[in-house]
Amino acid sequence: MKRFKPDNKGYYGTYGGAFIPEMLLPNIATLQASYLEIINSESFRKEFRQLLKDYVGRPTPLFYSANLSKRYHTQVFLKREDLNHTGAHKINNTIGQILIAKHLNKQRIIAETGAGQHGVATATACALMGMECTVFMGAVDMKRQAHNVERMRMLGARVVPAESGSRTLKDATNEAIREWIRYPEDTHYIIGSVVGPHPYPDMVAIFQSVISDEIKLQVKAKCGKEHPDIVIACVGGGSNAIGAFYHFIDNGHTRLIAVEAAGMGLESGKTAASIAMGRKGVIHGNMTFLMQTEDGQITEPHSVSAGLDYPGIGPAHAYLWDTGKIEVVSITDEAALKAGLMLTRMDGIIPALESAHAIAYLEYLNAAPEDVVVVNLSGRGDKDLPAYQKYFQSCPID
Amino acid sequence: MSNRLTDLFAQSDRFKLSLFFTAGYPRLVDTERILTALEEGGVDFVEIGFPFSDPMADGPVIQNSSQQAIANGMALKVLFGQLKGIRDRIRIPLVLMGYLNPVLQFGMQQFIANCVTCGVDGLILPDLPVEVYVDQYKAQFEAAGLAFIPLITPQTSPERIRFLDTHGSGFIYLVSGPGTTGGDKCLEQEAAYFERVKAMPLRLPKVAGFGVRTKSDIELLRQYVDGAIIGSAFVRHLEAGWSNASVAHFVAALK
Repeated sequence: MKRFKPDNKGYYGTYGGAFIPEMLLPNIATLQASYLEIINSESFRKEFRQLLKDYVGRPTPLFYSANLSKRYHTQVFLKREDLNHTGAHKINNTIGQILIAKHLNKQRIIAETGAGQHGVATATACALMGMECTVFMGAVDMKRQAHNVERMRMLGARVVPAESGSRTLKDATNEAIREWIRYPEDTHYIIGSVVGPHPYPDMVAIFQSVISDEIKLQVKAKCGKEHPDIVIACVGGGSNAIGAFYHFIDNGHTRLIAVEAAGMGLESGKTAASIAMGRKGVIHGNMTFLMQTEDGQITEPHSVSAGLDYPGIGPAHAYLWDTGKIEVVSITDEAALKAGLMLTRMDGIIPALESAHAIAYLEYLNAAPEDVVVVNLSGRGDKDLPAYQKYFQSCPID
Repeated sequence: MSNRLTDLFAQSDRFKLSLFFTAGYPRLVDTERILTALEEGGVDFVEIGFPFSDPMADGPVIQNSSQQAIANGMALKVLFGQLKGIRDRIRIPLVLMGYLNPVLQFGMQQFIANCVTCGVDGLILPDLPVEVYVDQYKAQFEAAGLAFIPLITPQTSPERIRFLDTHGSGFIYLVSGPGTTGGDKCLEQEAAYFERVKAMPLRLPKVAGFGVRTKSDIELLRQYVDGAIIGSAFVRHLEAGWSNASVAHFVAALK
């Protein structure tokens, strides 16, 4: 089957592209011209595969949750991306991109991070490859994900607080872009999601597509089915979702469900649901759906989950939604926190608050008993203990 | 079609000085007062920034002024309201600078029409790549007589500079050194870059900006380019409290 990809200018339909200032053009043009060639080269493929296997710990298991299956009267499988080294799917991409950076002879890595998972995964890859690493993180996120800040520092990364705007993921991304403008020559920018100018959305999707690659084989082995019937993933920028969907897009069979963060509720003004509440526009170098004012100022998102706290969404998801190839739904902070606790008590797995949004949607799914439902458990929840604790103090566990 | 900016550079070889300010800053109603002070102070043209929440090519000074301007209520529709009829009073060329998203939400056609009505001469839209401009908007800009001002940096290849020179208009904007606006790179470090661009026979006049602050910066740039733009240093001046006299003094100190 033909691979899911943008056109040669980086557009998925009318979404995507590369809306970059001239200062970034040499770097972006080099990446555009070389990423596919590098990724398809035998040496890259061999090294990438080997590292994913021996260093990251892939393939990650596909766990049949008897408890969730019973509760929701269907067959629920959890794709255990939380069992990757560093505790989330983010490392699939950082390993891929650090190899790209090496091919391009870059000595220095910069990254943005929201929840800190991408920052930790980047700092980890840099430690492994002996690269200098600077991670930009919203000052608000540094507080709510302090544990990950310490991990990055221990790994040798410099963590720089983004103090502009809402001081979350969007602002960390602005700061990383500015840093790249200041130091274009020796630096590679490892974007953590399927956002940014072309070729980032496609490049990151390729690296994350290993998730659905494995799901496909595992579903076949466990259930004898060619495809899962339903795949559910949370979506902020959308990297774990595109990875979980990738090989099932357009197969005419699998329902693909992306779960946005509704925050305090879609109409509350405190939400991060870009498809539900956004309009088409340009953010961070690509055309997509984003939350903005009538005047085109990007609004401050809200989600209890730092990794979903972003006002835009990857252009591939905007296109897939626009053309009816995926469903996009949303889950509130509270429902995600509840689902996180439910999974913890039911299966002994503490999920990241991001992933808890995907789990929470099972409540509304109404799948058939024979359906194979795969929920992408994108990360583990150790980093979210303070948020969980705060919630349970106000709503005691019964 | 006649364009004040093109005419300005065609009329004399004198070095041109331009200042940048963010519309709606320090106060929402300052736009016309600052324009008047600048014209009276003797600048050759003005760059007016319309604010965006996420200005990726700007340093802290212009970021802060943009954020404050938005908080003050500045938006494109407000700015065009302020600039309507400005040509009865202000004669120097006006260039608008800002990011693409507010323009797209306003509507590109409506944006161009408003620029024409208000007597805007040129546009700097850093995140609108020239390729997209050529594909989608160039014909409209040319029909409206609006200049599309391209940026180049020390990393821009000679082929690309020629490409930008072919499709741009008004002038070519030399980003002086790698960086966002208000950077503290020493301009002398970029002498080789200025020398290289100076030696290129280009169609468009050459104007340098980003990190240009002082009279000695201007003295250095006189050797290489046709003009200079000062942004962050002037925004900082406005921030500290300003009057027509202080602006005139600021401009005089640069000449």
